Amino acid sequence: MPANYVPIFIFIAIIAVALPVTLLAAKLIRPDNPQKTKAMPYECGVDPIGDARARYTVRFYIIAILFVVFDVETIFLFPWAVQYKALGLFGLAEMLVFLAILIVGYVWVWKKGALEWI
Amino acid sequence: MLHLALFLIFGVIAVVGAINLIAQTHPINSALSLVVVMGSLAAEYLLLGAEFLGAIQVIVYAGAIMVLFVFTIMLLNAGAEEQTRGSKVAIIIGIPGMVIGSVAVAWALIRAHTGAEVPVGSLYGSAQGIGHLLFRDFLLPFEITSVLILIAIMGAVVLARRES
Amino acid sequence: MIPSTDYIRLLPELILIVFGLLVMLIEPLLGEHNNRKGLGAIALMGAVLSILASFYQTGYEGAAFFDMIHVDTFSIFFHVLIGLIAAVVILASFEYLNLQQIRYGEYYGLILLSSVGMMLMSSAVELVLIFIALEISSIGTYILAGFRRNAPISIESSMKYFLLGSFATAFFLYGVALMFGATGSTSVYTIATTLAQGATPLAYVGIALMFVGLGFKVASAPFHIWTPDVYEGAPAPVVAFMSTGPKAAAFAVLLRVLFATEAPGWFWLIWASAVLSMTLGNIGALVQNNVKRLLAYSSIAQAGYILVAFAAAKDIGISAVIFYAAAYAAMNVGAFAVASHLANVGEKYVTLDDYAGLGRRAPGLAAVLTIFMLSLIGIPVTGGFLAKFYVFQAAMQSHLTGLVIIGVINSAVAAYYYLRVIVYMYMREPQRDVPVLKMPFALGVSLAACLAATIYLGVLPGRILDYAMASARVLVR
Repeated sequence: MPANYVPIFIFIAIIAVALPVTLLAAKLIRPDNPQKTKAMPYECGVDPIGDARARYTVRFYIIAILFVVFDVETIFLFPWAVQYKALGLFGLAEMLVFLAILIVGYVWVWKKGALEWI
Repeated sequence: MLHLALFLIFGVIAVVGAINLIAQTHPINSALSLVVVMGSLAAEYLLLGAEFLGAIQVIVYAGAIMVLFVFTIMLLNAGAEEQTRGSKVAIIIGIPGMVIGSVAVAWALIRAHTGAEVPVGSLYGSAQGIGHLLFRDFLLPFEITSVLILIAIMGAVVLARRES
Repeated sequence: MIPSTDYIRLLPELILIVFGLLVMLIEPLLGEHNNRKGLGAIALMGAVLSILASFYQTGYEGAAFFDMIHVDTFSIFFHVLIGLIAAVVILASFEYLNLQQIRYGEYYGLILLSSVGMMLMSSAVELVLIFIALEISSIGTYILAGFRRNAPISIESSMKYFLLGSFATAFFLYGVALMFGATGSTSVYTIATTLAQGATPLAYVGIALMFVGLGFKVASAPFHIWTPDVYEGAPAPVVAFMSTGPKAAAFAVLLRVLFATEAPGWFWLIWASAVLSMTLGNIGALVQNNVKRLLAYSSIAQAGYILVAFAAAKDIGISAVIFYAAAYAAMNVGAFAVASHLANVGEKYVTLDDYAGLGRRAPGLAAVLTIFMLSLIGIPVTGGFLAKFYVFQAAMQSHLTGLVIIGVINSAVAAYYYLRVIVYMYMREPQRDVPVLKMPFALGVSLAACLAATIYLGVLPGRILDYAMASARVLVR
């Protein structure tokens, strides 16, 4: 089975060689005269104000963690989906129980207002 | 032969990435090293015939978990690591401790090698194989995992939500 | 298809899950400012029903869900114990949540759901399931530790517990993985048959790593560093819960992993950990002024006593562990419930000085706390005495004289700081004005339950002891 993946590894190997080579070639070929204006971050033509590294709000974090959690949940659907026929009705019931518990979690998150950008 | 070579290469990449993760002082650099570790581990799983695990490794760890890491670093706006006296002590005790620990585990693993071999890919590595196990023998752990995920959701929202 | 008896064998957990989900679904419907007593009542009902379900299981012993769990006298005992702990803690939390203005009904849901994890830990015979159950119980308690959200100390406690706890679970998981490598299975009974044919070094490393993980959960030295900080910051009723429930469950897992698999080479591990826990716990407690920290160190020491019984092999040792777990739960939940009542708004009054003169200001409460302290010392007529007695008796019968001597010396040292609390309550003049609130009904009931259990175990230990003995026999077979 893993033999099927050998082409992928060959791709990875090619990239691993090609990437440094192109970067190196570009560095050697391109003209090199840096200026202050050129090195400035581009913000639609306006001069940047302040540092880009400000603290971000905690809301991003909640969204991110909810994404991770439901991402993990969906992963469990894969092995069930590929075995759907073999598992039959019983497998469907199992999956529904699993999802029901998590849907309670989803409803709770929704009702709690954690999905809103207050 | 190609297999073994690839396995070793990705193993080395994973270890180097892990060492770099600890050696870097800025959290963002560490986080990016972690991507390298996760990616090469995924390749290792793939080479061992655990395709499903390899795919999950990429989707969950190298994808979702890394997003979370980066968000957290942005959230804290963490700067470069500071060296304190405590951290120096940790280095002095930690490195020999780690070496002893890994040597012990490696020694035990080598001693456990009985010569019996399992061909690569002959275990339940595919999505079908996992599905077969998950929905029969490991049915209860699977269903209980939903409770675990539920608790994780509650924890995130209860602890991180702004009080109104 | 799964036979219906399997569901009966999982009934207590199923009930808790259903009630936990119910609490979660109702909670957002309540207004922002309503109090959450109704949810508490629902949760209490769930806990009581699950205790009844555990009793009902007596007729249905056996394996379920493809040999994932085993219902036997051992698991039923721990199910009932954990159910009782949850119920008593829920009762003790009604007033506390109002007082601290914690308006999160999820509190009750989390107690129920983490109890699910603990119960599964006691009946699981498969390391993978044990791991997931362990995670459920731990993550639940990490979150509960941070419930006093506007107190930085509570958040710190939750954070520390989470970081160190995850580290410990990683050790446990590594141990499971190596065990799988050594024996080719994660089922406790298959591991037992494989190990019987001779153990490789890998199995020893696996056992040691699993012990590190579980040793953290029971707060045994040298994995105890987190305990005082976490117990100090976490809400007092939560400490009552997490110092007994997860501990009892982790001891149950340890019993199963060590005895049912007949794992090799753990004797000196347990021996050293027992000695260290007793000594470090008691010495640490001597200098504490904060009652919660004092009880935290005391709980480290108590874990040490329990580990003594582990070292005293086989059935008498196991039954001593089981008995001790019950007695410890009764007195510790009681002590923390009293502490949570006295702590008042924002947990302001938690030092020994605040307890000065309590004997006059609140004689009833002081008397109750005195009994719990005496039980923790191990004075006759209390559960703590008999628990300690059985532990040391089991150790003597296994010719562990050294361990018994260390244990007895430690008990004597421990008497000092427990008595100190009593001395403060009865013989010191109060330094500042510490208000004592009226005893609410629910807390009164939970204290009465702890008191009754402590005395009952001390006076009429026969039935519990017989039961513990029967459980021990099931485990070693």
